Amino acid sequence: MNAPSDTIAQYNFAYLDEQTKRMIRRAILKAIAIPGYQVPFASREMPMPYGWGTGGVQVTASIIGPDDVLKVIDQGADDTTNAVSIRAFFQKVAHVAVTTHTADATIVQTRHRIPEEPLKEGQVLVYQVPIPEPLRFLEPRETETRKMHALEEYGLMHVKLYEDIAQHGHIATTFAYPVKVEGRYVMDPSPTPKFDNPKMHMSRALQLFGAGREKRIYAVPPHTRVESLDFEDHPFEVQRFDEPCALCGGMDVYLDEVILDDQGGRMFVCSDTDHCEERRDAGHRGHLAGEDGPPSSISEGGTQ
Amino acid sequence: MYVAVKGGEAAIRNAHRLLADRRRGDRSVPALTLEQIAGQLSLAVDRVMAEGSLYDTGLAALAVKQARGDMIEAIFLLRAYRTTLPRFGYTRPVDTAAMRVERRVSATYKDLPGGQLLGPTFDYTHRLLDPELAEDQDPAVPEARAADDEAMPRVSDILAHEGLIEEDGSLPEDREPGDITREPPEFPMQRDLRLQALSRGDEGFLLALGYSTQRGFGRNHPFAGEIRIGAVEVEIDVPELDFPVTLGRIRVTECQMVNQFKGSMKVPPQFTRGYGLVFGQSERKAMAMALCDRALRAAELGEDITAPAQDEEFVISHCDNVQATGFVEHLKLPHYVDFQAELGLVRQMRREYEERRRAGDEATTSREAAE
Repeated sequence: MNAPSDTIAQYNFAYLDEQTKRMIRRAILKAIAIPGYQVPFASREMPMPYGWGTGGVQVTASIIGPDDVLKVIDQGADDTTNAVSIRAFFQKVAHVAVTTHTADATIVQTRHRIPEEPLKEGQVLVYQVPIPEPLRFLEPRETETRKMHALEEYGLMHVKLYEDIAQHGHIATTFAYPVKVEGRYVMDPSPTPKFDNPKMHMSRALQLFGAGREKRIYAVPPHTRVESLDFEDHPFEVQRFDEPCALCGGMDVYLDEVILDDQGGRMFVCSDTDHCEERRDAGHRGHLAGEDGPPSSISEGGTQ
Repeated sequence: MYVAVKGGEAAIRNAHRLLADRRRGDRSVPALTLEQIAGQLSLAVDRVMAEGSLYDTGLAALAVKQARGDMIEAIFLLRAYRTTLPRFGYTRPVDTAAMRVERRVSATYKDLPGGQLLGPTFDYTHRLLDPELAEDQDPAVPEARAADDEAMPRVSDILAHEGLIEEDGSLPEDREPGDITREPPEFPMQRDLRLQALSRGDEGFLLALGYSTQRGFGRNHPFAGEIRIGAVEVEIDVPELDFPVTLGRIRVTECQMVNQFKGSMKVPPQFTRGYGLVFGQSERKAMAMALCDRALRAAELGEDITAPAQDEEFVISHCDNVQATGFVEHLKLPHYVDFQAELGLVRQMRREYEERRRAGDEATTSREAAE
């Protein structure tokens, strides 16, 4: 064997070697300088599969320092399996402090959600991005879409949105809803529900997007305009839920539908688990929460 | 429930413990050694080295063992290790004409300098299951030929004397070879980068694409000019020394496809080439690679691009099985936030559909009543 086992396990702080980090940091700086523009970077193979957050992991690995506090969420929750796995990875290779509290984190790596609690100055939100190109499903060729961005040729996207309205009466895009950044680049916000789009607008935090398999990094600097595409007579709207969170009673939050039985019983609970817990700690109660915290058994939904 | 409300960590830990147990199999049966895998499943190890793009039989054997024989998982393991290694430079082009040949066949000539050499091939075996292999019986000792120093020029060099085939071509002096593992791909691609991508591309994907060119989707009239398998020396230039330093020897499979070309305004009619070069012994992959390489030269040779195999962005963007498996399999990660958004939309649209239908019914009824 060419590589004895005692040398295999030697990894640099946060896994990536310093050369690679420098290359990625350069890409990040360029991305910040041109908000919404997709910067190609020499993405590395990571010890987790492509499509499972390798872009976000590379961005986080390149910006994280020993004093950072990391929060990782998937679907808004800290305890989904892939979030657990990525958090454990950084604990192992960077020995950083981790948290589930949005307010305590310096870096939040996310898949599919933006935390409900507004982010603060100094925080960085790192998105895991599967397909960074907002025009990809309209035009599969990279050679073409790069040209379209360069020429600010976004007519195709508006036609698509218009056709949605003509056919369905609505824009039938509910997640990965395209946005325009600082009036120039049309950008894919990653597959977050459109509910989260307004949180990107003029955010005080730095937002970084990493797409490992597609080898692209892009960014939205703090205090940057992020506008969801729409029409004057069909303004952009976010999803509304008819009822509050069954556990914390929160309104105006994004909810997950939890199926309770095969009789149509279901409950709606906060997708952002940290937000829900903090509200319950503060004494808020939903109609299915017990007196002392979350219900241990729920026999009947009865909502809806 | 795989998205446990709490306890994801314990679930993952237990799953991995179970995996380790299943990998080991029946504990009363001796465990496979890496030597056994490297020695007796050597073509599996070769494929892992080729698509993992790391030439190390020991690590590849370890990957095969760790992956329970799942080739793409093993390739992924090797890639994830390879990516942590520093890059020191690039070697001189390997001289396959000077290969220590173990197998060499040409389909275009009955005989040629150096001769045809079948070597260790499955060709002409009858695919009958061999019950004797179920026992631990030693096969007969192979015949060995006396070493001869007869040169074995490449078929492309033989044809080149008449000017009937395009030359190897050369790069400008100051052009460094690209590296797809260090630079993001950009289309259209240079051929050096394209060949790198094909060489580590998925065998099955390239096989299917190569096959499609034979069935008329981008037909390019191939002949297997030559296939050779053997050991080549790898040399590197060291700045302080005025001679190349040999790093070692690797086993490779090379395939040169010879393809018809009618010529163009600038070039007289001549044979063109598709090229395949793969780590280890992998004839199928090298041949498929050569077919794809030739198909992807359509633009360069002024041919119409009509078939998937000729479409560079399509082929190169999708030939990497580590990327492909990751993205296909990521669909098993939770997507319930997005699904919820779609649920909401479908419910709303159904509500509106029902309202429209009801309104339509009422309109029809009232019209009938009026008539």
